[in-house]
Amino acid sequence: MTEAKTLYEKIWDAHVVDQRDDGTALIYIDRHLVHEVTSPQAFEGLRKAGRKVRRPDLTLAVPDHNLPTTARIDADGNKIPIADPQSAAQLEALEANAPAFGIKYIGASDKEQGIVHVIGPEQAFTLPGTTLVCGDSHTAAHGALGALAFGIGTSEVEHVLATQTLQLSRSKSMEIRVEGLLGPGISPKDLILHIIGVIGTAGGTGHVIEYRGEVFEQMSIEGRLTVSNMSIEGGARAGLIAPDEKTFAYLKGRPMAPKGADWDAAVAYWKTLPTDDDARFDKSVTIQASDVAPTVTWGTSPEDVVAVTGHVPAPESFADASKQDAARKSLDYMGLTSGQALGDVAVENIFIGSCTNSRIEDLRAAAQVLDGRKKAAGVKWAIVVPGSGLVKAQAEAEGLDKIFTDSGFEWREPGCSACLGMNPDKVPPGERCASTSNRNFVGRQGPGARTHLMSPAMAAAAAVTGKLTDVRELIG
Amino acid sequence: MKPVRKVEGRAIPFGQKNVDTDVIIAAEWLKTISREGLGKGAFESIRAQEGNVFDDPEYAGASVLIAGDNFGCGSSREHAAWALDDMGIKAIIAPSFSDIFSSNAFKNGLLAIPLPQEAIDRLMEVAKTDPITIDMESMSVTTPFQDRFTFEMDPFRQQCLMDGLDEIDLTMAKSDAIEAHENRVDSAQSWHKPIAA
Ligand code: SF4
Repeated sequence: MTEAKTLYEKIWDAHVVDQRDDGTALIYIDRHLVHEVTSPQAFEGLRKAGRKVRRPDLTLAVPDHNLPTTARIDADGNKIPIADPQSAAQLEALEANAPAFGIKYIGASDKEQGIVHVIGPEQAFTLPGTTLVCGDSHTAAHGALGALAFGIGTSEVEHVLATQTLQLSRSKSMEIRVEGLLGPGISPKDLILHIIGVIGTAGGTGHVIEYRGEVFEQMSIEGRLTVSNMSIEGGARAGLIAPDEKTFAYLKGRPMAPKGADWDAAVAYWKTLPTDDDARFDKSVTIQASDVAPTVTWGTSPEDVVAVTGHVPAPESFADASKQDAARKSLDYMGLTSGQALGDVAVENIFIGSCTNSRIEDLRAAAQVLDGRKKAAGVKWAIVVPGSGLVKAQAEAEGLDKIFTDSGFEWREPGCSACLGMNPDKVPPGERCASTSNRNFVGRQGPGARTHLMSPAMAAAAAVTGKLTDVRELIG
Repeated sequence: MKPVRKVEGRAIPFGQKNVDTDVIIAAEWLKTISREGLGKGAFESIRAQEGNVFDDPEYAGASVLIAGDNFGCGSSREHAAWALDDMGIKAIIAPSFSDIFSSNAFKNGLLAIPLPQEAIDRLMEVAKTDPITIDMESMSVTTPFQDRFTFEMDPFRQQCLMDGLDEIDLTMAKSDAIEAHENRVDSAQSWHKPIAA
């Protein structure tokens, strides 16, 4: 009998090019996504050393991070230039580098353009059992399809471009087992925020997570992508979910998916990937699904989570002194006082988007709450940013854009938008934002911006009431 | 890469835990297409505060940074390592580092030295008045007061740092093995076909 292995171990073993005695290995990379922000220095490095891209055919480039999400084409069909000269220079660099190195490039105004982590699965560039990297930490998202996917830095981007490999040491494996199913009105975002609250932002450091349990089997691929996406917020570089019939159904027929006999061979292989019954994990955490409430963050770390029906915690309630200190700083930055009911916190900005929550299901969930309702008077800025041009088109075909604009939202072009403060979509200093993104760090959405992370339905509920709100009160 | 065998100098006793890369270098600074000049933007939100440790003249020219647990968590931006390098930091000592940050630091010849919290507490004290020394050969951190803390690092990384080896060159020397892998996959998994460019 062969040795029992986890999904992670199976993918790892299938990609070892060269094993070294010290335990590290040269790992082959099957897919590489490139965007404008973390690649210019890598291409520059290649050029300086006179190197080529080893496998341009395994590489896909698309701009997303600092593209403005306002119209990109004017009434006459001409491209609208980017006002910020530095952002424009980064975009131009990618536009020039991709063809110069023979890489397929999806341009800013192409209909397939979108956030790297949305278009990878959408195009079936991401496949189960593959290794996939991108110079962005939320690459973990692709683990939802059973790919070993993780974020890398720019030097590693250069290394992959030049060699199609990375020198890595094997991570430990960590099982997050969720028992039971989520209650009504509770979304995958609530679940992953809850999980991060339990394990902490360093809980998965040095580990690759595998999410296991019936809740994931029942979850849509969109929901799984939301969960895997935030693995990095729990410190893990990657977060996998075993590929199953749902995965295959999602991928079948997508532009870059295998076709015909290749498809059948692929599915047969993918079915061998799930973790063997008696495989062991280095670490295991069990979560009860019934403990998961509609969840929001109150602080400046993604582990600072609380049920929206709860209260802002007292810094003294934390065990260690440095966490108490961090909590005091967070409350000060966030303009909150301990003991305050979350339901009393007013928000001025709403952001529905980011690679965590900008897929069609996310937009449907938000639209369901907003249908026939208007945003509250206190909400000054509310935007919906679809994850890709294809998501945008689908939403428009379903009439969701109309629901959003009728309720007072702006309907934008795809991109990272207000997930990070490097394009024009920023939250003003001192103001609060109900955001479906993944990071509530100090200044993440702009200097002084106060971020509360939550699900799309919860962000929509906050838009309607002008305060953090338990969405179950609106959809019950 | 420049070889790094020894780092000697004053250390900034920063000590904060869970320092994310957004704090090390904010997104606004990521619009550059070069690796240089990011030191100006390092720790911007902290340096906006009166009396911050980074602008304390006592630590001007420091080459070491002492931090708390989970340093460099969050975004994968290598700009964090470039910014630290540009501000003159050659080594960071902390109880733990995020995986991506320690790898980015390594690629730029920046030492990410893990030491237990007790050692950090002691070094934070020493740093206020005296320099510290990191020796890569013996993998130790020492102070003028006879403190000596040893640390661990994967031997490959240690060697690369000490010899200033270029990792891409090292890997390219294995192109036969890479090609063999590609041929294996091509014949066994035809579905694995690359996309049309
Ligand atoms: S949406 Fe945010 S987290 Fe996702 S890729 Fe863009 S910047 Fe990164």
